[in-house]
Formats: sequence, structure tokens, C-alpha cells
Amino acid sequence: MIQQPASARLSQKRGFTVQNPYLPYPVRIDEIITETEDKNLKTFKFVFLDPKDEDRFAYKAGQFAELSVTGKGEIPIGIASSPTEKGFIKFTVNKVGLVSTYLHSMKVGDIMGLRGPLGNSYPWETMEGKNVVIIGGGFAFTTLRSSIVYMLDPANRSRFKDINVIYGARSPGMLLYRDELAAWERRDDINMHITVDAASDPGWKYNVGFVPTITEQKAPVAGDDTYAIICGPPIMIKFTQPVLDKMGYAHDHIIMSLENRMKCGIGMCGRCNVGKEFVCKDGPVFTLAQLTTMPKEY
Amino acid sequence: MKVFTIDKKDWDAGIERTKLSYQVFGPVKEKEWHCFKALDKDEQPDMTYSNTRLSPKFLVQPQTEPMFTYTLDESQPDHHILKEVNKDTSPKAMVGIRPCDASAFLLVKRNFDAPQYQDPYWLKAYNAITFVGFACNDPCSTCFCTSAGCGPFHEAGLDVLLADDGDRFLAKSLTDKGDAFLAAAGWKVQADDAGKIEAMKQAAESKIGSHVSTGNLKAKETTQIYDAPFWEDTAFSCINCGTCTYSCPTCWCFDIQDENRGNSGVRLRNWDSCMFPLFTIHGTGHNPRGAKVQRVRQRFMHKLKYYVEKYDNGIQCVGCGRCIRLCPVNIDIRRVCNLMNDYDPAACVCPA
Repeated sequence: MIQQPASARLSQKRGFTVQNPYLPYPVRIDEIITETEDKNLKTFKFVFLDPKDEDRFAYKAGQFAELSVTGKGEIPIGIASSPTEKGFIKFTVNKVGLVSTYLHSMKVGDIMGLRGPLGNSYPWETMEGKNVVIIGGGFAFTTLRSSIVYMLDPANRSRFKDINVIYGARSPGMLLYRDELAAWERRDDINMHITVDAASDPGWKYNVGFVPTITEQKAPVAGDDTYAIICGPPIMIKFTQPVLDKMGYAHDHIIMSLENRMKCGIGMCGRCNVGKEFVCKDGPVFTLAQLTTMPKEY
Repeated sequence: MKVFTIDKKDWDAGIERTKLSYQVFGPVKEKEWHCFKALDKDEQPDMTYSNTRLSPKFLVQPQTEPMFTYTLDESQPDHHILKEVNKDTSPKAMVGIRPCDASAFLLVKRNFDAPQYQDPYWLKAYNAITFVGFACNDPCSTCFCTSAGCGPFHEAGLDVLLADDGDRFLAKSLTDKGDAFLAAAGWKVQADDAGKIEAMKQAAESKIGSHVSTGNLKAKETTQIYDAPFWEDTAFSCINCGTCTYSCPTCWCFDIQDENRGNSGVRLRNWDSCMFPLFTIHGTGHNPRGAKVQRVRQRFMHKLKYYVEKYDNGIQCVGCGRCIRLCPVNIDIRRVCNLMNDYDPAACVCPA
């Protein structure tokens, strides 16, 4: 029989009731939508098994979560729903690796986990009262969708000046959230500049051309009051950034969201660092001004 | 702060008494090397050892550690819902841990006990342990602890500091936990020459023959050291075996995996290493640290630059010298540290 020394009992009594940040909230898949013509992108709508977990999961546009597929593992995915949308949370997932491929085979009603919200967000306080230019490409439009829905919410729209959206994909069938894009096109409080690399459909009535080109043509003039959020594949970012430079956007007015391989999502497991910053905890959102002081390890 | 004198003939009986209150771990020789293990009844720590081959970090962060269990059996009401694994938080004592290895836990704690998130696995394991350190009278030739913020008699991170003084140990209690351990052992004779520890300390410190310079690391531009020409040369012979990271007391990186057997499974975490390409590879195949030189640079930049800048509390190294002794291709962190500390891009005329 082990007797505990007084101090050991004390330290246990002082004890740890810290919440386990690795424990996902249990969720049920409520809806699955195939987004793109190549069927490689699906949107998953989740409902929390315990409704109180939805309040605990209070998030901001630009944050991400670990989708925990029990028995397979976890993947970090940007939150595609907006904090203004209640009763569910959604993610658009590209079929790439072990977990995402299995997730694509799952069905409505299946149980899995959700851990988060994780990371910082787009700098909403900084952007309040400013013009916001959203530049997105391919399937990196998820947290941008969250941002647009958030800003267009009647409670929030007056908090921002002009909103411009430049969004491109390879072809019309590869654009995400096509119904919402069409609805935003019809509004007068947001300027949509949708583009595709090429369109075979003669009825295509939007832009044709790469995102950097359309950015040069459509993005508003730079200024202290204008912030650009860029999210897209590396090649798009590589060619869009010089365009913004040419247009005079200051590097602390260019906001980017990074991705790196992650496991813990809370700055502990050590792999997603870019210099001394962790993409999971200190990011994923950084200004270009910050990124220029960091190694290019992303 | 009390200093006790323990006659070596009373040592074994005292250790046996502590086993009534603690699970006691100590250095034991297995084949050629020492390692820390749980001591059975009548098994004694080998207090003649130099240091263990691998660091004792596995007692706080096991190489493989279950985090959650789950069932995939849909006939069970809680299927696919993770359940926390109960941790053994009973009191433990690490007897004979070297000051560098105990101090290393404090450096690692900054990662696991952060303001925003706390790692319950690491903290529960760490807090359950009483650290009964053992000062080094005879440091190894690869020890550079005194210039790495540590030392052969360093007390930070310890509850008790033991010093070998011939036919007795001097035991300096540093915390309440230390008092409790010494009381449990029944060692009660206070030393009337407690000052001797200071003299022993100075003698031991003067034997440390190798040093690193770290004073300039914090102020250097990250991108300048990152782009320095010496990385290619440093990494040239590296075989990315990961021995340095696995033997290091201050390396903490880990992986998380689900392991299934039939319908039940465990979510585990395992030691991982920045030396491995899989550590950072993206789902797309893109790898931000795909080349060996990038991974070698990451290890040294993390320990000697990123950590220094992030916590402003010294380097992420205690100078134990394990990576130097065990590296199969003789990469020496002391050399790299000095290269980084002395690097001046303006003065650099050619790659080393």
C-alpha cells in the first residue's frame, strides 16, 4: 500500500482541472454537398451532439478547426461557415490524404469530432470602418466565404466600407459556393469579380483570366483605408503580390492566411513553425509585413 | 533551506523507505549503458554513474503515450466518441537525475504550459514527480552546461540536490516536495558544514572544459542567420537519423496517430523529429522543409534562435552533450552555436 507524503497529497489536491485541448467535441454530419465538377471538394455541415458545445466553439472568420475522424486521425481545415450562421458549422474539404479521403466516403448521420476553434482570425478590429478587398483562388475560398457572409450580415455590413471580391477558379464548374456567388452578384453592397482561367460555356457572363490580371483591372486603389486579404494556391499568391505592390498596397495592409502540416493545432507538437511563429497558434493569418521578416518555410 | 548529511551506509535503507511513499526511478546499468527505470524492491540507483545514454524525458513525455480510447462499434452508444485515458498521477521520485536533465524540463515546460493552452498529459506527469538531483563532481568532456544556462550543481528544476562527498551524500532540500522526500527517507541529520557544497560546486564548474557563446543570438536578424552560408557545410554529413532529437532532453516534438485493433482503438502520441521529411510534408506533396539542409537548420534555429527570441530566457539546450556524443557523423552543436553567434553577414566573404 503506497502512502502519500503530505506534499504529494497537496500537489494532487491543488490538482489539475485544465481542459484537455486535444479532446474534440462530438459532432454529427448533417449534410454533405459536392461542390465542384471534379467531385473532389465536398462541404460538410456538422451539428454538435451537445448543443452547449456550439457556444463553447465560438469562432471568428479566418479560424480553423481539427476535424477528427475517429480511427483515422485529424486534419486542420478552415471554417467555411460564418459566426453569424447558427445551429451548424461547415467545412469544405479537398480529397487529398488518408483522413480527407475517408471523410469523403462518410455519410450523413455519421459521428466524428471537431476540435477548435484554432488559430487567430482575420484582423476584424483593424478592418472595421475600412474597405476590404478579398482575393481568392481555387478551393482556398472557404474562410473567405466565412468572411463575406460575416461582413454582409445586416448587423455587420455598416461596420465596413466597400467590399470587393476577386475570386477565380480553373473553370466555372470548379468555383465553390456557386449559388451564393450568384446571389452576391445581384447585391449592390458588394462588388463581385468572379473569373475563370478558361470557360467553354458561351453563356459564361463573368470574367475570363487569371486572378492577378483581374486584380490589376478590378481591385480598388490602394490607401490607408483599404485592406486586401489573399488566400489561394502559392502560384496565385506569387503573381498577385507584385500586382498589389505595383498598385501601392502597403505590406501591412496585405493579409494572408498560411497552411502547414499540423497535428496538435495548439502550438505544441512543433511542426508547423515558420521561424518562431506557429502557423496553428500565432497564425494562420499574417500580414505580408510580418511574413517578410520570417523564413519562407510554408 | 536545509542541508542534510547522509552517511552512505544509511543510503540504501532510506531509499527503501521512500518506496513506501513514491514510485522511485533511478539510473540503472543495462548492458553497456545507464538508463532511468522504476526501481524494484531492494533495487538501488547506481550512484556511481556518469549520465544515462538517453535523457529521462520519457518519464514525463513517453515515447508512445495513449491520449484517448474509442470504439468504432456502432452498436455501442458512445461509438466514435473519444474518451480520455486515465493517467497515473501517483507520486514519483526521480533519484539521481542530473541537474541538466532536470533543468531541461523547465525549458520544455514553457512549450507545454503556455498562457493560452496547457498540455494536461505533460503537466500531470511532471507535477507528480519529485526531482532528487545528483550533482556532477566529474563532468564529461562534452558537457558545456555552464555556458548553456545550467551547471553541474544547478538547482533550478530540482527538489533536492545531492552531492557525493566521499563516504556521505550532502542533500540540500530546495522545495516542500524535497522536504517531504527526505522526511520519507528518514534522513534527518543536518550537516554542520553545509558550505562545503559551494566549494564542491566551484571545483566541478572549473572542470567544465567546453563552452558556447550565446550572447549575440537574440539580437541577430532571423533571416540573416537563416540565410547564412554555413548551413550547407553543417548539414553535409547529416544522415537525418534523428538520434540528436531522440536523445535530447529539450526536444519535445510529437506526432498524433490513431491505432485501431478490430473495432476499438487508441489515439496516441509518439515522439517525432524535425529531422524527418514526413514531419512537415503537406497533403499535396509540397514540403516546406523537404531538403536535409532545411531540416538541420530547423533543429539548430529552433534551439538557438527561435526559442531564444520567443521566450527571452536563454537557449533551448542545457549542455548535456548527448547529441555530440551520439551523433554518428560528429555534428557538434557547440560549433554550430558559435557559428551562429559569431555570424556577421557583412564580414562574410566566402562560404566556410
